[in-house]
Amino acid sequence: MTYRFDYSWIAEYWPVILKGLVTTVELTLIGTLFGVALGIACAWTRSLGPRWLRPPVVAYVELIRNTPFLIQLFFIFFGLPSLGVQMTEFQAAVLAMVINLGAYSGEIIRAGIEATPRGQFEAGASLAMTRFETFRHVVLIPALQRIWPALSSQIVIVMLGSSVVSQIAAEDITFAANFIQSRTFRAFESYFLTTGLYLLLALALRQALRGVGNRLFPRRAAR
Amino acid sequence: MMTFTLWDILRNLLLAARWTVVLSLVSFIGGGLLGMALLYLRIGKARAGRMFVQGYVELFQGTPLLMQLFLAFFGLGLFGIDVPAWLAAGLALILWTAAFLVEIWRGCVESVARGQWEASASLGMGYVQQMRYVILPQAVRVAVPPTVGFSVQVVKGTALTSIIGFVELSKAGTVVTNATFEPFTVYGLVALIYFALCWPLSKSSQILERKLNVAHRNH
Repeated sequence: MTYRFDYSWIAEYWPVILKGLVTTVELTLIGTLFGVALGIACAWTRSLGPRWLRPPVVAYVELIRNTPFLIQLFFIFFGLPSLGVQMTEFQAAVLAMVINLGAYSGEIIRAGIEATPRGQFEAGASLAMTRFETFRHVVLIPALQRIWPALSSQIVIVMLGSSVVSQIAAEDITFAANFIQSRTFRAFESYFLTTGLYLLLALALRQALRGVGNRLFPRRAAR
Repeated sequence: MMTFTLWDILRNLLLAARWTVVLSLVSFIGGGLLGMALLYLRIGKARAGRMFVQGYVELFQGTPLLMQLFLAFFGLGLFGIDVPAWLAAGLALILWTAAFLVEIWRGCVESVARGQWEASASLGMGYVQQMRYVILPQAVRVAVPPTVGFSVQVVKGTALTSIIGFVELSKAGTVVTNATFEPFTVYGLVALIYFALCWPLSKSSQILERKLNVAHRNH
């Protein structure tokens, strides 16, 4: 093989990559925050919420977990405008990520809630807390602590999955790689470099989530 | 302009869905075989083998599947061969699937209680006999539900191959949308077809887990 790697384009194109990196980080942060919030709402509904709300939540979770993210994204970005819902590429990407993570994290958090000992609910009730207060103060935080490793992996998976949003021209890292290879014809180099970036980002995100976990849960959960 | 009935759209999507099924099967079987080879190294005694598999898993689980597809597509091209999309798609998906299956299976082998190793060693069994008669039969029981569950990820993963130009269900969705200008209907149908493929797998994984767990609980 006589191929020679050529990275001379970096001098000119690094701002494109940096912009992509910033977009991917933004997408991940916003997507995670709202996605986990949606997940908590789903988990509450399925384990403690009103019965009539459960079937629609189950349908939502099953539908999202059994269809590809790419198709969810296309449906939101290309399909919804025909119903009169217009949005930018970035908004569509965030919405798709929130809906996707909401379904997955909902299932993970539900497992955490259902592992809560009965005594915790009874203890909350005996302190004259309402069902919601008990959930908020007694159940939720230990439940999150129990499933934090699984939730962290899912967040990393969603971050890596976000590379697909380049397909609706949201300008993330993958979009930058596509852009650079179309200008410089150095396809392998540009994808190789950006793949390395994703790997670093995944490692950094895992570390950050471990830090957040240690902050959020300084005490041991009741078992 | 031509008009398309719902049946025209659905028929074309279903024809393309065959390729989603074929690619999923190839990736799952190929990835399973490679995963077994990697598992042998991962739980083996050689340190270099274990390190290699750990690095492999870190690499493939820590980078996007889409990037792996691009690298396979353009990377194979570096050897001067004209790479068809199906080859790059199959190769990348097999490597990716193996990385996840080896981790799932490793967990299953390690879930077999330590005493089982010791008991079989005390019966004078060698490594191969221990694996064959004691460890693997128990590990396989534990492994079936998560393995079936992961097959859903493989089916969904094949959707990304549309981006490097492999014509399967997702690509057909894009093509049909460009012809009909009805993205809502087309992508809605595409999603339903994927759901029809994946949901039975998800459900059977859950049912298997409930069934096999009964036997697994007491050890």
